Amino acid sequence: MSNKVLMKGNEALAEAAIRNGCIYFFGYPITPQTELAEYMAKRLPKVNGVCLQAESEVAAINMVLGAASSGVRAMTSSSSPGISLKSEGISYMVGSDLPCLICNVQRGGPGLGGIQPAQQDYLQATKANGHGDLHLFVVAPASVQEMVSLVGRAFDVADTYRVPAMILADGALGQMMEPVDFDAALSERRELPEKTWATNGHGGKRKKNIVNSLFINPDELEKSVLERYQRYAKIEENEVLYEETMVEDADIVIVAYGITSRICKSAIEMARAEGIKVGLVRPITLWPYPKAALAKAAETAKHFLVVELNMGQMVDDVKVATNCRRPVSFFGRTGGMLPTAEDVLAEIRKINGGIR
Amino acid sequence: MKFNYGPSSRLIVVCGHFGSGKTNVSVALALSLKAAGKKVTLIDLDIVNPYFRAADAEELMHKNNIKCINPQFANTNVDVPSLGAEVRSVFLDNDPNSVAIFDVGGDNGAAALGQYKRDFDRLGYDMICVINKYRPLTDTPGAALEDLREIEYYSRLKFTHIVNNSNLGAETDIEIVESSFEFADKTARLADLPLFCDTVVNAAYITELYEKHPERTFFFIDNTTKKLF
Repeated sequence: MSNKVLMKGNEALAEAAIRNGCIYFFGYPITPQTELAEYMAKRLPKVNGVCLQAESEVAAINMVLGAASSGVRAMTSSSSPGISLKSEGISYMVGSDLPCLICNVQRGGPGLGGIQPAQQDYLQATKANGHGDLHLFVVAPASVQEMVSLVGRAFDVADTYRVPAMILADGALGQMMEPVDFDAALSERRELPEKTWATNGHGGKRKKNIVNSLFINPDELEKSVLERYQRYAKIEENEVLYEETMVEDADIVIVAYGITSRICKSAIEMARAEGIKVGLVRPITLWPYPKAALAKAAETAKHFLVVELNMGQMVDDVKVATNCRRPVSFFGRTGGMLPTAEDVLAEIRKINGGIR
Repeated sequence: MKFNYGPSSRLIVVCGHFGSGKTNVSVALALSLKAAGKKVTLIDLDIVNPYFRAADAEELMHKNNIKCINPQFANTNVDVPSLGAEVRSVFLDNDPNSVAIFDVGGDNGAAALGQYKRDFDRLGYDMICVINKYRPLTDTPGAALEDLREIEYYSRLKFTHIVNNSNLGAETDIEIVESSFEFADKTARLADLPLFCDTVVNAAYITELYEKHPERTFFFIDNTTKKLF
């Protein structure tokens, strides 16, 4: 008999976090991620955890900072406007070399924007989710099942390299209900380093630990940044994830992540039925970016098409990864609108006409 | 299709754990009562979730001459939990052939019903609890019962029927439906309420299910909430 359950993406993120040993959640409600916090509020007291609705997003991320300092797995979640508010705390966590998980169930922007799904926070998440030189480990799930497996991965990477990790989802994934199998997602476990830096009481047996992001002496600050960038280099070397679909013989390669990649897969099936050779590279980690996979695709593909729920935020990443060897087109909807597979197919046909 | 509608009141409240499938059940119920010659009104009382709601099925309802009453601002820029005075109109409708179905938001969202308690008590009502074994927080009869009592507490109303809507979305097959019977029967026994049907999301299964389980009642419901692909 199947072990599957039917869950909303938001609930699955919460349950996956709990099953990966995170029993400390600090958040502030915002559509379309509120079910995540609600689920935590119901479940965490039953596993001796803490679910706290803070007075604001700023307070919530700083509570995560405090909890993570003590060496426990801690997380917060929000949607786009709330993530902007958390940016300061996120930067402090980077500066303090603290692992944590941040879920961004994106909605339309800018400003208060709307409540419908969007991918308009791509640049914020991958380039500068806070001030200072920084990166987050950013993963973009495309299904509720993948949300579950990526939560475990994100926590493991965060703990291994002492960096905050982010699940970049969207309102559609957060709200949609799909069958999930938690046992299947939890099979891969890795050795994690001991958190010798944690401020969890020295008991007179070791020197005290200090978690801090303030370095008044520029020499020291530069040294800390350089050391962190060595870890970033290792993440880029070891932690890239992507999925390729029918890329080998493709004339046109679509690059899309998250919910959009699913719409693109439907469009690719339709295009293939018409004899147009289309493939898909789906970045699963948005940072580190799957540069090598795209560079390889550029050897055989004639044209790239980036499809996103924004105004083309990933286009430059594809151009850089492929060294501008092939033209890169863009198609997207924004502000909470979703393209249909037919819309994407129309773009494919247009490009295909140009290639001939 | 064989379908003996259990509830008989002119006011039917559909409620259950969040994500149990209340909207799908409400819409299917509205369509089947319409087909049976009733004058049907579907009231979207979901003040909890602005994403999937009965208001999304409005076009289908209009096509079938089913009146819809939605939160005043549903699916607009001001999606605030606000219920219009129009809801009251169904309590003033004296037509014995009319039926009003209330699709109510999950869990504490059922508090929205409280303001109509006097009308419900005065006119009589049926209240259906939708359960789904494959939803993790209500996956045992005990947990489902706990949720049912919580909704009764918030709504200040009492359930009268249970609908077993156990499904795994697109992956629902006959075995998934069958393996929920024990859960559904036990939940109904614990709650001391009649189980009036098991739902089936694939019409093709109904004949086979009736052959194997002639003692049960199956009800076909189509997934009408927003389709993303």
